[in-house]
Amino acid sequence: MHDLLAARGQMAMSLGFHIIFAVVGIGMPVLMVLAEWRWRRTGESVYLELARRWARGTAILFAVGAVSGTVLSFELGLLWPRFMAFAGPVIGMPFSLEGFAFFTEAIFLGIYLYGWERVSRRAHLLAGVAVAVSGVASGIFVVMANAWMNTPAGFRMAAGRVVSVDPLAALFNPAAFQQTLHMTLAAFVATGFAVAGIHAALLLRGPATPFHRAALGLALLVGVPAAILQPLSGDISARAVARQQPAKLAALEALFTTTTGAPLTIGGLPDAADGTMRFGLRIPYGLSLLAFHDPAARVAGLDQVPRADWPPVAIVHLAFQAMVGLGTFLALLSLVIAWRTWRRRPIAGSRGLLRAIAIAGPCGFLAIEAGWTVTEVGRQPWIITGILRTRDAVTPMPGIAVPFALFTLLYIGLAAAVVWLLYRQIVRMPAAAPHG
Amino acid sequence: MADPTLAVVLAGVIMVALNAYALLGGADFGGGVWDLLASGPRRQRQRDLIAHAIAPIWEANHVWLILAVVLLFTCFPAAFARIAIVLHIPLSLVLVGIVLRGSAFTFRSYDSRRDAVQRRWGAVFSGASIITPLLLGTAVGALATGRVRAPAGSFAAGFIRPWLAPFTIATGVLALALFAFLAAVYLTVEAGDDRELADDFRRRAIGAAIAAMIVAGGTLLVARRGAPMMHAGLTSSRWALPLHAGATLAAVGTLGALALRRFRLARIGAAGFVSLVIWGWAVAQFPLIVPPDLSVLNAAAPATTLRFIALGLVAGAAVLLPSLVYLFRIFKASA
Ligand code: HDD
Ligand code: HEM
Ligand code: HEM
Repeated sequence: MHDLLAARGQMAMSLGFHIIFAVVGIGMPVLMVLAEWRWRRTGESVYLELARRWARGTAILFAVGAVSGTVLSFELGLLWPRFMAFAGPVIGMPFSLEGFAFFTEAIFLGIYLYGWERVSRRAHLLAGVAVAVSGVASGIFVVMANAWMNTPAGFRMAAGRVVSVDPLAALFNPAAFQQTLHMTLAAFVATGFAVAGIHAALLLRGPATPFHRAALGLALLVGVPAAILQPLSGDISARAVARQQPAKLAALEALFTTTTGAPLTIGGLPDAADGTMRFGLRIPYGLSLLAFHDPAARVAGLDQVPRADWPPVAIVHLAFQAMVGLGTFLALLSLVIAWRTWRRRPIAGSRGLLRAIAIAGPCGFLAIEAGWTVTEVGRQPWIITGILRTRDAVTPMPGIAVPFALFTLLYIGLAAAVVWLLYRQIVRMPAAAPHG
Repeated sequence: MADPTLAVVLAGVIMVALNAYALLGGADFGGGVWDLLASGPRRQRQRDLIAHAIAPIWEANHVWLILAVVLLFTCFPAAFARIAIVLHIPLSLVLVGIVLRGSAFTFRSYDSRRDAVQRRWGAVFSGASIITPLLLGTAVGALATGRVRAPAGSFAAGFIRPWLAPFTIATGVLALALFAFLAAVYLTVEAGDDRELADDFRRRAIGAAIAAMIVAGGTLLVARRGAPMMHAGLTSSRWALPLHAGATLAAVGTLGALALRRFRLARIGAAGFVSLVIWGWAVAQFPLIVPPDLSVLNAAAPATTLRFIALGLVAGAAVLLPSLVYLFRIFKASA
């Protein structure tokens, strides 16, 4: 396999793996804290049981997040040394801050997990809050670094070298706001619906225990508002991408020619070879409306970009369609749930709704993988938009296919182990099992 | 362009992070070694003690390594890039080890049933605990040889020979021996009132200390040919004598404290000994980060970056240090 392709594959695989655990590390602490807080408020023991059970699951996933994140911080150099030599001084800031956020998160998670009997109740709940806050913070910092790769800022180039570095301007680069907002919401959508999905499935299979009902309620409390806000945040992202990264927008909409009053294509299979789009449903003026909130706006197409600098159009377009489709489904489902709750009708009362929630379980995570594919593949062939090409950043070490294969096998094994363990932990354990 | 004083200070912070990783994370690896070597009638109790000592804090211990890596690529990007290119193979294997060790340990402690499955996680945990320090020590040793240069020539010359030599193998074994020694000493303290268990680890600590001293001597011998600059630094420079005197004092002091069952004192001595070995390495190659050419000065990032990172470190430390103290107070005060 070509070394560049292998390196890209290894990076994509490692990030696609890490993001699942990272998202859990952002979302689950919020759920644990909510459960513990409910227990303190109501004294109902199901909530205590929930907090403890969720904490155990989180510990397993957090460990995998920690090790896969460590792999990434080395891989940035192992695979892209020239990128790091170039970008390190500019975006080291968010990574360093992220380091501190991890530290705080790991410390307070230790206290939360092992400190039930060792610290006061109040200190315990506060430790949970610290975990939740630092989890969100670490996500925000690292996404700011990624946003810089998309819209580099805070430095000048002189004779191929970086000069006049301004770490703050790099940190608050143009894409930072929309990406961090969208990602943080995504983490709550994904964890909220994944947990809700599990408990909805268990409610469908077995008797409606108070345990599963309580779990479902709390998980939806996190997932539903975020899922309703996510399309709005996605709209902010899309409009920003249209201004800041026109080539990416053209790829994600598969717009080959620059058009005034551009239509929106839903579905469809773009063919970059002859610049056409097969199948797909066209909505007149849709794209101009969405991207610029103006039906007559001119949208730049791929014809504005040299052919050699096109991102892989079909992948980006399909991934974007997948994300928006999943996001629309989750938002509509959330509106139904919100409506039902407002009318004070229990969610668990409708088997149809439970079934829909169970189906929605994996959708948030799928949308996240799809969304990152849009962002990262849509940036190609650049590792830093307009500044450094991916192929110029890759390591000179030959034979990258070997580590790629090694890490792929490792992660497949790890994923299988995690799934099996969680199954042993959560699903097969009777609901009234003693904890410890 | 770079700010020399700040660059030296930040290089010092990186060394502090590495030192902390060796003392804390290293001991967790050492725990894995003793998990593998658990024996005698108290086998299960030994393993339980190890698991109990590592469980709440291994993730926090582990972040020191990440801090060192992040600071290295931010403050000394050229050095990071060179290390990542030339030492790709051992570092990738270290990563595999870290992944297996961390996840296997967690899986074992959270899989509440005591069955064959759990034992298998234990085997992965302890196996990875042995291989990772070996490779980590090898990679660090490679830096000292001065052979981590921009790759030229064959694959073997560029990507294998820089880190595979008698000297680097010796540093790998040394890292393993030091980590095992640290862990055994710490575990004598962790054993608390359980005299039998404390004695088990007291014997192991003494054995590991002797092994570590022999390996350290051997490493110095092979350094003469394998890492001449390091050898010169460690034998004939101005601070060579105080360093060796300090290390010997710490080692003998630790052995004495172990003999007298003064375990807390032994813990301080062991940490001091290992720290002196690490700082000996750092001082011997100062101001070079990647000998023979990349130094704290010529590999440093622009001054603005260094200043921001220094500020970030101060702010971070203000959050971190109290939290760390709190963590250790909760879990280690009773030990
Ligand atoms: C639960 C997950 C989820 C859901 C439901 C959505 N997204 Fe998303 N999207 C992400 C998860 C995500 C992501 C994985 O988090 C990305 C990748 C990078 C980023 O910042 O967010 C992303 C990126 C991303 C981008 C590219 C941003 C960039 O490259 O800077 C756009 C234009 C959108 N999204 C738009 C939408 C729209 C219009 C949605 C309407 C329903 C939507 N997303 C739902
Ligand atoms: C190049 C990209 C990335 C690198 C180098 C990286 C690095 C790391 C590292 C080193 C850790 C382990 C910290 C520990 O030991 O506790 C970690 C965990 C974490 N990462 Fe990442 N990460 C990356 C991408 C992301 C992204 C995109 C997100 C979120 C949006 C994220 C969020 C988190 C969170 C919340 C944690 C802590 C929780 C957990 O371990 O599950 N990371 N990451
Ligand atoms: C965790 C969520 C993320 C996912 C799922 C993800 C996904 C991907 C994918 C699919 C690629 C391959 C693109 C291609 O070559 O076609 C890639 C490349 C890359 N990503 Fe990300 N990414 C994430 C976050 C980040 C972050 C936070 C950073 C760093 C700050 C980052 C840095 C990189 C780098 C350096 C490459 C390699 C160069 C390139 O292909 O452009 N990624 N990522």
